[in-house]
Amino acid sequence: MSTTAIQPVPFGRRVKRFMADRPLIPLIILLIILVVILQILRPGIVNERWIANTIKFAIPLAILAGCQTMTMLTGGIDLSVGTVATMSAFIMATQVVNQDPAVAFLLAMMPAVLIGLVNGIGVGVFRVHPLIMTLGTSLIGTGCLQVYQRTVIASGAKIPDFLAWLGTGVTFGFPNALLLFVPLAALIVFTLSRTGFGRLLYAVGDNERATRLSGVQYWQVITALYVISSVLAGITGLLYIGLIKAPSLSLAEPLVLPSVAAAVIGGTSIFGGRGGYTGTIIGALILTVLTTLLTILQMPEGARRILFGLIVLFVTAAYLRIVEER
Amino acid sequence: MSHLLRRQGWVAGLFALLVALFIITKLIQPGYGSGDFGSLARAVLPYAFAVAAQTVVVIAGGIDLSVAAMMALTSVTAASMMNGASEEYALFVVPFVLAMGFVLGAVNGILIVVTRVPDIVVTLATLFVLQGAALLVLDAPGGAVAEWLKGLISGTVPIPGLPDTIDAWLPKALLVLVICLCVIWIPLRRSKLGLSIYAIGSSELAAFRSGVPVARTRIIAYALSGLFAAFGGLALTMSTGIGAPIPGPYLLASVAAVVLGGVALGGGKGGLLGPIVAVFVLRLVRTDLTLLAIDPNVTAIIEGAIMVAVVMFGAFITMRGRQS
Repeated sequence: MSTTAIQPVPFGRRVKRFMADRPLIPLIILLIILVVILQILRPGIVNERWIANTIKFAIPLAILAGCQTMTMLTGGIDLSVGTVATMSAFIMATQVVNQDPAVAFLLAMMPAVLIGLVNGIGVGVFRVHPLIMTLGTSLIGTGCLQVYQRTVIASGAKIPDFLAWLGTGVTFGFPNALLLFVPLAALIVFTLSRTGFGRLLYAVGDNERATRLSGVQYWQVITALYVISSVLAGITGLLYIGLIKAPSLSLAEPLVLPSVAAAVIGGTSIFGGRGGYTGTIIGALILTVLTTLLTILQMPEGARRILFGLIVLFVTAAYLRIVEER
Repeated sequence: MSHLLRRQGWVAGLFALLVALFIITKLIQPGYGSGDFGSLARAVLPYAFAVAAQTVVVIAGGIDLSVAAMMALTSVTAASMMNGASEEYALFVVPFVLAMGFVLGAVNGILIVVTRVPDIVVTLATLFVLQGAALLVLDAPGGAVAEWLKGLISGTVPIPGLPDTIDAWLPKALLVLVICLCVIWIPLRRSKLGLSIYAIGSSELAAFRSGVPVARTRIIAYALSGLFAAFGGLALTMSTGIGAPIPGPYLLASVAAVVLGGVALGGGKGGLLGPIVAVFVLRLVRTDLTLLAIDPNVTAIIEGAIMVAVVMFGAFITMRGRQS
């Protein structure tokens, strides 16, 4: 430290260090730049309604990205969130026709818990790579959903009024979905930074061996984590069906890749041990604004995927450089 | 020596399993004949190439998540280039697509070596990119394929001097598979490069200290994986007659078959024969489920469950091996 105090630190290095210390500020700057570009391209687009709409669409993405953030903190990833969200949404929409909403809710959350449990056991006990494990369970889940669809094809589907209100409603300019999201986000941030479980997630991701040697039951932490992640994904599905209002077998699938990208942009290291949820929320907002921008520029879906892939790669490489610099 | 025995023992066991499955198939469906075997071989073709692509990289100590996306991209490229073109034009398309796979695979390897980001993240990112590129080439299933390419994998190989009954059990698809894999794999296995691939998978540090060019070998391993994936994409186009931009279930299938085929996910161990036999085993299980008149969607669930179980088992074995 003493040598750097004498010699002037190069500007680039100072910027890098600043970004490493306060990752949120460059993210917010990026978000503002994107909004400004949007305003220049389509003057007048940025108004109260647009902001409410953007937040509405960013919330499901932000919750799913929360699943990725928590699993990535342990060095994992959860690619089954899209399938889980789709399953719970589809089951809710079809079961609510004949059942009490509370029963339908419980039925809708069942596959979420089950898939989370299988993921957790596979990753925690059998040590399968999380990516492969969650990809596998998502394939099985999609298969189950297709079989299930046959059995309910006659009964039709409907969206419960409450979910539609929560998903699309706006009160005093604020989307109702914030009623769900704000407590949820506060809970995630609190869990990650203030509770023992949150600290265990960081510890496992930082140095798994050391954590295990200090007496932590690795498989219990991982199993709990993947169950929580799946339940969050299930809740997202219910919120998303209220927003989209058209149950389909690939409802939440397009959110999976952006959710990974949002967590990575938000500063969570895909290698584990570094990151937090606040950055992820801003990452989700950035991606939602970026999607609007790409839609205005009439970029096709393929180009959007390419862009997401490149973002994940470059941001990860950049973080790696910053960490090595220190 | 015991190691060699054990490895060959694994492959032999797989062969025994395959034979047992054939017997079961014959019991379920007494009419199962050469024609059905031909369609099995055709169905196996894209899977087998996907598995070959994964095997090379896994032996080199890595993993390639972009296999299925690479197949989708090469498949749509081939299908859209051949759409409305002459038969002869396909003679140019095939090497072009193969070269594309090779180069894109090499890009994967270069990105891993240059950025030093773990292979699993890099190939996840290229999975997004290749998928997007495939959608840009064709946004819906379509395109066409030259007739001679279709003919290359349908029907049987006529061998003079052999009775038709034996002839019928030699589908062209199987021959194409064996030739394509052998032409690349056998020279590779016997060359210094092949040895280097095994060496970096076994222990990167030891390989580096013995003078193996680790970076170059890794790039070549990924390039070969891209080449095999391009073969897979072509096989996909050849058997369906079109190109589809959405990747099939080849990623998980390739990992499962690699594990079932006795290639350790840690790298440095195993060969190509085991995974290829494993693909036949997995496909034949599917055939049996279909013959038992099980709902195809349920079949998909069972198949997925088998693959997950195999991968879990493989990870468990790797973990045990590391501990001992």
